Amino acid sequence: MTVALTCQRVCVDIEAACILSNVDLTIHEGEFVAILGSNGSGKTTLMRAILGLLPVTSGTVDLFGFPLKRFRAWHKLAYVPQRLHSAGAVPVSVHEVVGAGLISPRHRLPQRGDRQRVTTALEQVGLAERRRDRFDELSGGQQRRAMIASALAKNADLYVLDEPTAGVDAESQIRIAETFSRLRTAGRTVILITHELGPFADLATRIVVLGSPRGETSTVLYDGPPPAPDHLVERVWHHSEDVVMRGDEGSFLDPGAK
Amino acid sequence: MGLLSYDFMQRALIAAALIGVIAPLIGIFLVQRRLALLGDGMGHVALTGVGLAFLTGLAPVPTALVVAALGALLLELVRARSRTAGDLALALIFYGGIAGGVLLTSLASGKSSTALNQYLFGSLSTVATEDVLWLVGAGALVIVILAIFGREMFAMTLDPDVAHVQGIRTTQLGILLTVLAAVTVVIGMRTVGLLLVSAIMIVPVAAAQQFTGSFRSTAVVAVIVGLTCSVLGLTTSFTLDVPPGPTIVLLALGAFLVAALAAYPVRRRRRRHPHSSGRSLSPGGHSHD
Repeated sequence: MTVALTCQRVCVDIEAACILSNVDLTIHEGEFVAILGSNGSGKTTLMRAILGLLPVTSGTVDLFGFPLKRFRAWHKLAYVPQRLHSAGAVPVSVHEVVGAGLISPRHRLPQRGDRQRVTTALEQVGLAERRRDRFDELSGGQQRRAMIASALAKNADLYVLDEPTAGVDAESQIRIAETFSRLRTAGRTVILITHELGPFADLATRIVVLGSPRGETSTVLYDGPPPAPDHLVERVWHHSEDVVMRGDEGSFLDPGAK
Repeated sequence: MGLLSYDFMQRALIAAALIGVIAPLIGIFLVQRRLALLGDGMGHVALTGVGLAFLTGLAPVPTALVVAALGALLLELVRARSRTAGDLALALIFYGGIAGGVLLTSLASGKSSTALNQYLFGSLSTVATEDVLWLVGAGALVIVILAIFGREMFAMTLDPDVAHVQGIRTTQLGILLTVLAAVTVVIGMRTVGLLLVSAIMIVPVAAAQQFTGSFRSTAVVAVIVGLTCSVLGLTTSFTLDVPPGPTIVLLALGAFLVAALAAYPVRRRRRRHPHSSGRSLSPGGHSHD
C-alpha cells in the first residue's frame, strides 16, 4: 500500500512555545484516520504543519513520498477548513466557491469540464439548486457542505478536514458523513481533525489521540483501531467542556495544564 | 460636444476611462482581502515619487510608478516578517510617503503648492501626451496580469490557506496584488489625484455589492459604475471648473448611496430569513436541498 503521509519526530513551536513534540504518524492510502484531541491538544497545529501552513521546528513531514518543501502534486491533496477566510467581504456565489477548488497554477484559466465538475460536486452534497445563491446566505452546515464540494470537485486522493461537523445541523452532518462514506468506499484517504467523532464513529478505520498526559507538550497518546481507550476519550470530552467553561470566564490559558 | 475639441480634454478622458475600468478591478481584490485602505497608503507613497520628480526634473508618472512599486514591495516585505509589526510598518511607510512628497516638493525650485495640489486632487489640463502613453502602457500591463493571475488571486483572497493547498503561491500573489494597487494609484494620479484615487478603487465595489450575488457580477457592475463616474465626473468638473478628483469621488459615493438605499429592502429581508432554504429542514417542511 502506498504511503500518503509520513510524520517523523515532528516538533512544532509557535512563537517560542513548544506546541507539539515527537509526533510519529504514517498514513497509508485508503485509510480513514480521525485525529482526536481537546482544544489546545495541538491537533490543529499538526494539521497546519502537515499542509505546509506552519513550519516544522524539527522532524520531517512527507506527502506521497516527497518532503513538504519539494512536494508539488497539490492536486492530490484537498483541505476543507472550518470556515472561509473572507467569505462575505465581497459577494461570492456558491458556484464560485466550489469552482475556486479547481484553480491552481496548472489550471490558471477556466477549462472545459470545470462547470460539470462543480455541478457534480454540488449534487453530491445536495446543494445543486443553490449554486447561484450567495455563499454567505447559506446556513453554517450548508456552507460546510459547499466547502466539501469544493474539495470533491478537485477529485483529490487525500482529504484533510478540520472539524467538519462542528456547529453543523443534524441533516448536514448526515449528508457530510454519507459523502465521506462514499469516498472511503472509493479508496480515498481521509484525515479528520475533530474533538468528537459524531457521525464519523462508524467510518474511521483508525484513531489517533493527541494530548498532553501530565501537562507537558502534546504528543500522540493513542494510535490504533477504534474505539480509542475510554480514559483518553473521556479526557478529550471533559477537557473540551472544561475549556468552553473557562473560555466563558475569560481565561483561556493552557487547557492541558492541571 | 465641444469639450472633445480640446486636446487636453481628450487626453484627460482617456486617462479617466482607464482608471474607471482598472481601479475597481484591483479594488475588488483589496476589499475581499480586507485591505480596502491599502490604495490610500500607496497614494501617499506615490507622492514621494512626485516630489522626487519635481526635485530631479524627471517625468512624474514613471518616477511615481517606480517609487510606488518599491514602496509596495517594502510594505509586503515587512508584513511578511511579522503580522503585528506589519500594521505599524504600514502606518510608518504611509506617513513617510506623504511627508517625503511634501518636503521634496518644497525643496524643488519653482514648484508651488499648486503643482502639488494637481497631483493630490487631479487636474484636467496636466495630462501630457507622453503621460497618456505611460498610463495606457501601465493599464495594459495591469489588465494582462489580471487576465493571467486573476483567478488565482480570487482563490487566494477567498482563503489563503486553501489556496496554498492548491499549490498557489499566496505570498508572491499578495506582493503582486500590492504592486498592482500601487501601479493603479499612479494611473489615477492625474485625473482623480493621489489623495482620492483609493476611493475609485473601493467605492464602486461597495456600490455594486449592495445587490450582486457573485464575485463576477460584482466586478462587472463595479467597472460600469467606475467608468461612468470617472467620465461623467471629468466632464462635470470641466463644466463647473472644479478639480476632477472630488467630482468623480462624490459621484461614486452618490452611486453607492443610491444602491444602498435601493437594496435596503432586499437586505432587510435577507437578515430576517438568513438561510431561506435552511428553514425547510424544520419539522414538516419539505427539504428541497
